[in-house]
Amino acid sequence: MTILLFTLILLVGAFLAGMLGSLTGLGGGVVIIPLLTLGFHTDIRYAIGTALIAAIATSSGSASAYVKEGITNIRLGMFLEIATTTGAVIGALIAVYMPTNVVAIIFGCVLIFSAIMSFRPKKDHSTDDDKSELARKLRLNSSYPTPAGPVNYTVRHVPGGYFMMMFAGVMSGLLGIGSGALKVLAMDNIMRIPFKVSTTTSNFMIGVTAAASAVVYLQRGYISPGLCLPVVIGVLLGAFGGSRLLVKANVKGLRLVFSVVITFLAVQMIYNGYTGKL
Amino acid sequence: MKRYLSKNYWADRDIQQLIGKQLRFGVILSSILVLVGGIIYLYRHGAEMPSYREFTGVRAGLDSFTGIIHGVRGIHGMEIIQLGVVCLIATPILRVAFSAVAFLLEKDYLYVILTLVVLGVIIFSMTGNLAG
Repeated sequence: MTILLFTLILLVGAFLAGMLGSLTGLGGGVVIIPLLTLGFHTDIRYAIGTALIAAIATSSGSASAYVKEGITNIRLGMFLEIATTTGAVIGALIAVYMPTNVVAIIFGCVLIFSAIMSFRPKKDHSTDDDKSELARKLRLNSSYPTPAGPVNYTVRHVPGGYFMMMFAGVMSGLLGIGSGALKVLAMDNIMRIPFKVSTTTSNFMIGVTAAASAVVYLQRGYISPGLCLPVVIGVLLGAFGGSRLLVKANVKGLRLVFSVVITFLAVQMIYNGYTGKL
Repeated sequence: MKRYLSKNYWADRDIQQLIGKQLRFGVILSSILVLVGGIIYLYRHGAEMPSYREFTGVRAGLDSFTGIIHGVRGIHGMEIIQLGVVCLIATPILRVAFSAVAFLLEKDYLYVILTLVVLGVIIFSMTGNLAG
């Protein structure tokens, strides 16, 4: 296979990854790593570097649309970014000492977790009773616009959410993913904020978190231009197409298909990691 | 065009909208660089064989900012792609820097400090010689 053919096939794969990622809210990076390692037998270290760049591309691409609507809680995002960026730097540092097959197994586990998360029934835990002193001091409580007027919400369990975010950051730095599923978990289930806010705020944070570890990976030689070329272009076009398609598509059916595919890929990653092939 | 030049335009606009524009600009600029570099790279090396099975790290010059700039001057496709990648990485980092200014304009000094802490962590990751 020549570089030209390799690039074109990868472009199509990245396009589909970006589209599925934006339809399910998982981001493009999650699919890029199995695509490169299982599909193209690329070393997982190159795959991690490429996926990080894909995560930044999708995050910045879609965040530019969300900030306009005023849903993102910038203060909450910025406060939690202290946790995710320190976590990401720690993750990138651990990655050097971690055998690649262990990285593959951890990645598989996070993948299965993300698939379950994207399919679980969403329960809104948000409230507007003001219970957290820390949330008040940090001015994290806010409101978001709806057609019926602004809805107020309060943030709970700030320290718990902070540490969960730090863990999400470590995973992001170690595996090269946005770990959006972990971020949404921390915000929905622990900090009890509305989905609309958690999804867009998580997306806002993914780019910054990934950038913190991407610099380390760039200096380490993990980020290869030959792989970034098709992946950046493909994921961006796919995410753009996906958000257009989102209006018409049967999202529930797609989510089911995607979750099954992701779980299958995850099992393969874990198996190959276990047998030492990755 | 006229409305961009009118005095009230920038005053009315929320700084968040400006940040939204900055993000879009960053993404568009880096995709153009990646695309231009990609065309040069494929034209010159498209017939060669890809080698990503064994991890050797990227070749010298692609892993540092000075190396990338040096290659871009020589119109090397790979370095132009890599410059696009650097722009992409810089986009969310610049956004954090812009947010610090936004909080300063709002006189929210607590968040100016928190934002600078985030920026500090990122700068530490760049300059702390963490590559090992």
